[in-house]
Amino acid sequence: MKKEGEVRISSGCAICGIFCKDGRRITGDAIKRSISVMHNRSNGLGGGFAAYGIYPQYKDFFALHIFYDSLSSREETERFLDRRFDIINLSKIPIRQTPRISDAPLVWRYFVTPLPHMLADSQLDEDEYTSRAMIRINNSIQGAYVVSCGKDMGVFKAVGYPEDVADFYRIDEYEGYSWTAHGRYPTNTPGWWAGSHPFSLLDLTVVHNGEISSYDANRRAVEMYGYSCNLLTDTEVITYILDYLTRKQGLGLKECAEVMAAPFWSTIAAKDEEERRRLSYLRKMFSAFLVTGPFSIIVGYSGGMMALNDRLKLRSLVAAQKGDTVYFSSEEAAIRVIEPAPDRVWKPRGGEAVIVSLERRGI
Amino acid sequence: MRARYRIRKDEECISCFKCAKECSFGAIGVVDGRLVFHHDKCVDCQRCVSSCPTGAVFISEDMNRFRANSVFKEDDIREIGLQASTGGVLLSSMGARDGQVPVYFDKLLLNASQVTNPSIDPLREPMETAVFLGQRPERVERGVDGRLVDNLPPHLELSTPVMFSAMSYGAISLNVHKALALAAQELGTYWNTGEGGLHESLYPYVRNTIVQVASGRFGVHETYLNSAAAIEIKIGQGAKPGIGGHLTGKKIVGDVSRTRMVPEGMDAISPAPHHDIYSIEDLAQLVMSLKEVTGYRKPVIVKVAAVHNIAPIASGIARSGADMISIDGYRGGTGAAPKRIRDNVGIPIELAIAVVDQRLREERIRDRVGIIASGSIRSSADVVKAIALGADAVSIGTAALCALGCHICASCHTGRCAWGLATQDPELTKRLDPDEGARRLVNLVNAWTKEIKEMMGGMGINSIEALRGNRRALRGVDLNVKELEILGIGYAGE
Repeated sequence: MKKEGEVRISSGCAICGIFCKDGRRITGDAIKRSISVMHNRSNGLGGGFAAYGIYPQYKDFFALHIFYDSLSSREETERFLDRRFDIINLSKIPIRQTPRISDAPLVWRYFVTPLPHMLADSQLDEDEYTSRAMIRINNSIQGAYVVSCGKDMGVFKAVGYPEDVADFYRIDEYEGYSWTAHGRYPTNTPGWWAGSHPFSLLDLTVVHNGEISSYDANRRAVEMYGYSCNLLTDTEVITYILDYLTRKQGLGLKECAEVMAAPFWSTIAAKDEEERRRLSYLRKMFSAFLVTGPFSIIVGYSGGMMALNDRLKLRSLVAAQKGDTVYFSSEEAAIRVIEPAPDRVWKPRGGEAVIVSLERRGI
Repeated sequence: MRARYRIRKDEECISCFKCAKECSFGAIGVVDGRLVFHHDKCVDCQRCVSSCPTGAVFISEDMNRFRANSVFKEDDIREIGLQASTGGVLLSSMGARDGQVPVYFDKLLLNASQVTNPSIDPLREPMETAVFLGQRPERVERGVDGRLVDNLPPHLELSTPVMFSAMSYGAISLNVHKALALAAQELGTYWNTGEGGLHESLYPYVRNTIVQVASGRFGVHETYLNSAAAIEIKIGQGAKPGIGGHLTGKKIVGDVSRTRMVPEGMDAISPAPHHDIYSIEDLAQLVMSLKEVTGYRKPVIVKVAAVHNIAPIASGIARSGADMISIDGYRGGTGAAPKRIRDNVGIPIELAIAVVDQRLREERIRDRVGIIASGSIRSSADVVKAIALGADAVSIGTAALCALGCHICASCHTGRCAWGLATQDPELTKRLDPDEGARRLVNLVNAWTKEIKEMMGGMGINSIEALRGNRRALRGVDLNVKELEILGIGYAGE
């Protein structure tokens, strides 16, 4: 059987997110309890978490989470990193063995910063320098896979049910102001750790529920800008589109949402002159990044979170707020289990991005 | 010469002689109050059959056959005889003949949603077919206030991804041009003048007209260029890549002469190359000259025939400043072309779209141009497949003529079109009422648009841009590995 990346595999899913606008850092326990309510939306073939604000002592360094199939792939990767980065700290990521999670790769963590002279020679900014290096590891080092590479954040994912993945990675021992989670229901896969979600590039992480019908149009468009879609998953292509639009084109997240889940032409026609021009421009300029078919996504990034549905709202997505904390989930029950009395619960409309940001930075 | 077709009538005939009146090829006459059939003149245009009030006329292939030979087919022997007696080049019209080269559209199958994602019902949900055609800048720009600046160059907007192909006034009648212009306006799409100029009475359709600049420069002047939404430089045509055109003096009469700016009765000869384009840098100059004369307000299209090295040609055009590339495939139609050229030169449009789209993406310049595909688009399914392979839109010529009555008898070059389309004979051109013709064209394109929406909805796609270049929507059957590789698709079941 072919593994992820050699064949395109569709999947249904559960997603949820918690964001503390006041920068308060909470442990991974809440997100674990939330996602586990949606146990039957997953089938044990993939689960994972993204957390922000978890490495305050290393917040100026890129935190690399890397899977290795073998010792030799680790040695090769470390040689590769050594030539390009100053490695401040490295260690195995602490795990708790559980019989429900098996076939684990070697899971390592590095805190790095680009070597100054290498960075200067490359004529790139440090984000681009780092992202290119990470894409190269994924493409060219057999048996190595970079799971996440942003600052003061990390992705923890595995083959298994999300609650078991949480125990395996001991996420109750991390504290972050922002958490997202994913439980996967692929229709056909042997289960590959790197194929689990969240998917990430730099500090951008995406959890996604759906199956986009525009996949190949989007993939071929984003690959024109130097990205390489190796996993053939929706989440991967959505992440790259967001990275391209925000980091390379300088669009805001709301504008990204207006590209990916663009309003219908009939909706645009009813807007006032200026808005009509703006929205038409975005649709025409970035028509190849319109994403169709069902999706609900939660996007994590440094200092914020965005939830977005496809424009017909073909997947469930619920939002809730209690004080300074905002919750998103595929099902309301997953919010109620950790916050029984929210101030407000609502269902964002199709194509309507809900964006939350830190109001003041935590400790 | 021996007849190719036989005309027969049966006992239902009421001797109204309508068939004789309708036949413009002299195949049916009346002598002493009786119908007389000249079988050798029949071209099987079906005009008599369609107009017979009692259904009493039949056209069939002549039963007589040459002795079968697996190498020299009947047509080969017939054509050798014709050339032996005349010493001339064989002429033909419409698209390449059947059976020689695969029609790849027929070997492509579309996808549909089941279970893992929902199909979308176009009767219940919006289903968008509007197409943007033109250049996209590399980066967004913002004003000092941070607002997005609209930096999109002039472009075309189509309500549906189907346009009408270039067919010149002279090759076809003014009534056909009128019908096309009216239909394009009502549909929110574009029609194309071809190389014969634009009749003054059609200037009001400026918003839906594309004017062509071909190697003969017939009818090209400043007003003409400014009476259009876009300008097309015609380099080549799928039916006759590499050669020019020849409209006989017989068709250069009255308004055709005036519009083409060619004296009455004089042959209008389009040279094979543009005499100011001998290389790609010359093309860039012509593109910029045309933009200069129209104040940079009109996008420029470059039309080329699909030939072996179409991918690098398209890449060169994309870098020339042109806003769109129109690619016409091997099976594309024509009013007249040497038969050997029509049947033996060029490559099928499906392969051309696939390699051009892929090449422009590899060179990261796909956003610089729109791609228009043509050359035997027969149905909405062909449209969907062309777009999934990578075209932005298609244009239709033969299909549009069929909507107006054409039965593809391939006799356009005779100038005797019984349906009143490819002729300038006033007795024949009046057979087409432009308003009725426009209504039929609108019906056709609207019907296709409905079908396109159904197919898109089935795939769970609700906007045409999500279909463009979406090659996973396609699978092939009866194709070899190389063909699949060039088309960039998987085999059915993969």
